[in-house]
Amino acid sequence: MKILAVDSSGLVASVAYLEDGILKGVLSYNNQKTHSQTLLPMIDELVKNLNIDLNNIDYLAVSNGPGSFTGLRIGVATIKGLGLSIDKEVVGVPTLESLAFNWQGADGVICPIMDARRSQVYAAAYKFTQIPESQCIIEQDSYMIEELCEKLNALGEKVYFAGDGVPVYRDYLEKNLKVEYQFPSAANCYQNAANIAVLAEMYANRGEAQNARDLTPVYLRKPQAEREREEMLNGKD
Amino acid sequence: MATDVKILAIESSCDETAAAVVKNGREVLSNVIYSQIDLHTLYGGVVPEIASRKHIDKINRVVEKALEDANLTLKDIDAVAVTYGPGLVGPLLVGVSAAKAIAYGAGLPIVGVHHIEGHISANYITNPQLEPPFVCLVVSGGHTHLVKVSDYGEYEILGKTSDDAAGEAFDKVARAIGLGYPGGPKIDKVSKEGNPNAMKFPRAKVGGSELDFSFSGMKSAVLNYLNTARMNNEEIVQADVAASFQQAVIDVLVGHSMAAVDMYNIDKFAIAGGVASNSGLRAAFEEACKEKKVEFFRPEPILCTDNAAMIGAAAYYEYVKGVRHGLDLNAIPNLKLGEKA
Repeated sequence: MKILAVDSSGLVASVAYLEDGILKGVLSYNNQKTHSQTLLPMIDELVKNLNIDLNNIDYLAVSNGPGSFTGLRIGVATIKGLGLSIDKEVVGVPTLESLAFNWQGADGVICPIMDARRSQVYAAAYKFTQIPESQCIIEQDSYMIEELCEKLNALGEKVYFAGDGVPVYRDYLEKNLKVEYQFPSAANCYQNAANIAVLAEMYANRGEAQNARDLTPVYLRKPQAEREREEMLNGKD
Repeated sequence: MATDVKILAIESSCDETAAAVVKNGREVLSNVIYSQIDLHTLYGGVVPEIASRKHIDKINRVVEKALEDANLTLKDIDAVAVTYGPGLVGPLLVGVSAAKAIAYGAGLPIVGVHHIEGHISANYITNPQLEPPFVCLVVSGGHTHLVKVSDYGEYEILGKTSDDAAGEAFDKVARAIGLGYPGGPKIDKVSKEGNPNAMKFPRAKVGGSELDFSFSGMKSAVLNYLNTARMNNEEIVQADVAASFQQAVIDVLVGHSMAAVDMYNIDKFAIAGGVASNSGLRAAFEEACKEKKVEFFRPEPILCTDNAAMIGAAAYYEYVKGVRHGLDLNAIPNLKLGEKA
């Protein structure tokens, strides 16, 4: 199975190519440049260096949320456009699950946290069963950091963190966690398209690939205008 | 011309997700527009994040439909064109990212198009005989530009708004008199029942170029009139306010446009943009141009609103000049007319 995967859900732009269970190439940049300028040139670099024939790819994969709304859409729109033009199915991989994969094999609870502003994090918690499969312990959602910390304490197990929420909430977690914990190193903190590719293969094998036209980001949060409108309407009841 | 050039064009700069196939810049083979207007009406204007989310859900469908309606596949297409500015950055990025990926996957060149150049080029579709040079007034919800089109793809801004766009003023006045969003079509309709001379709203003059516009003063005058009338318990005739406001806008737009035609000694004039489908405005321009013996051009109404066919038309003239954009083409929300990335 041949899979081209991208992730532009956060600070890092990352592309990877997986062929028959072998990771042939990964390219990641965390250089503050806009993903719309970097992502497609990175795909092109990978395609050229690995002599990939796009028409022979089986699936396209993308980290489809949560994450930066704009970043997610750049990745998803890119994969949707590619899927349309080369007529291949696509796999949307949950960003948090892919981040948990940075700690694959860890014996404990893996908790990816992404900064969602407004004192919240997009988070979930997983335990690996049979790699790459995992069991979800805390459902992905946006949590107040206090709420998440309580949930983790209640689990009573060692927690492994990853994600761009780590530098933001490290101090808070150090002060408030009552369980053992481990923060990531520079090498396994952020999103990586290699994880997306491996998980996409698992999803594709389960028959969860879809037509590119139906792929949509999972934002986990409504647009601000919609929230405010709902609050206003509810207030009137 | 050796061979036909067929361009697949994509437009997503505001609240329309659109795709089209255009042949040789003039012949529309398909023109698919998915309008989100009902969604944004709830909020009294376009909400960028909601628009962006809708664009990503619709983008493949409109492109597939455009190819299907044209009875073509990507193999028949020569280039992919996309609006890369000006507009709302979130919505633009969806179109730009998808268009670049479609082009890349199909091995086709990418041509980035300026949204306003697209609006102007809508005239080439409806009016096959139209060729530069001509003066064009672009009026829409976000833009009010008086432009000299010296040649294909060569634009000189003669005047622009120093505050609100004309369409924006329509929206604000419509809201104030209880007509709601979108203001342009609603005011146009109600105005037909009203007296355009019932009130005299100022035809604002601004500093800078004598061809520049200002609509904020006009809008404020309407709001002041409404406040005063309400305080004095005077009856407000909605149709009269709408008609008088519309007349004030028309007077300024026509006045400046005809001044530009005289100043540059050009005998062709065109309008473009969403407000160009305003019936009062069209009638006034027809009359003014006739009086001056200036030939008057306008796109058909479906090509006045945001659409991708106009992007395909503009892209053709760029394409034949050899303009190609790279895989790193970015959305530029404040892209200036005549400025190339």
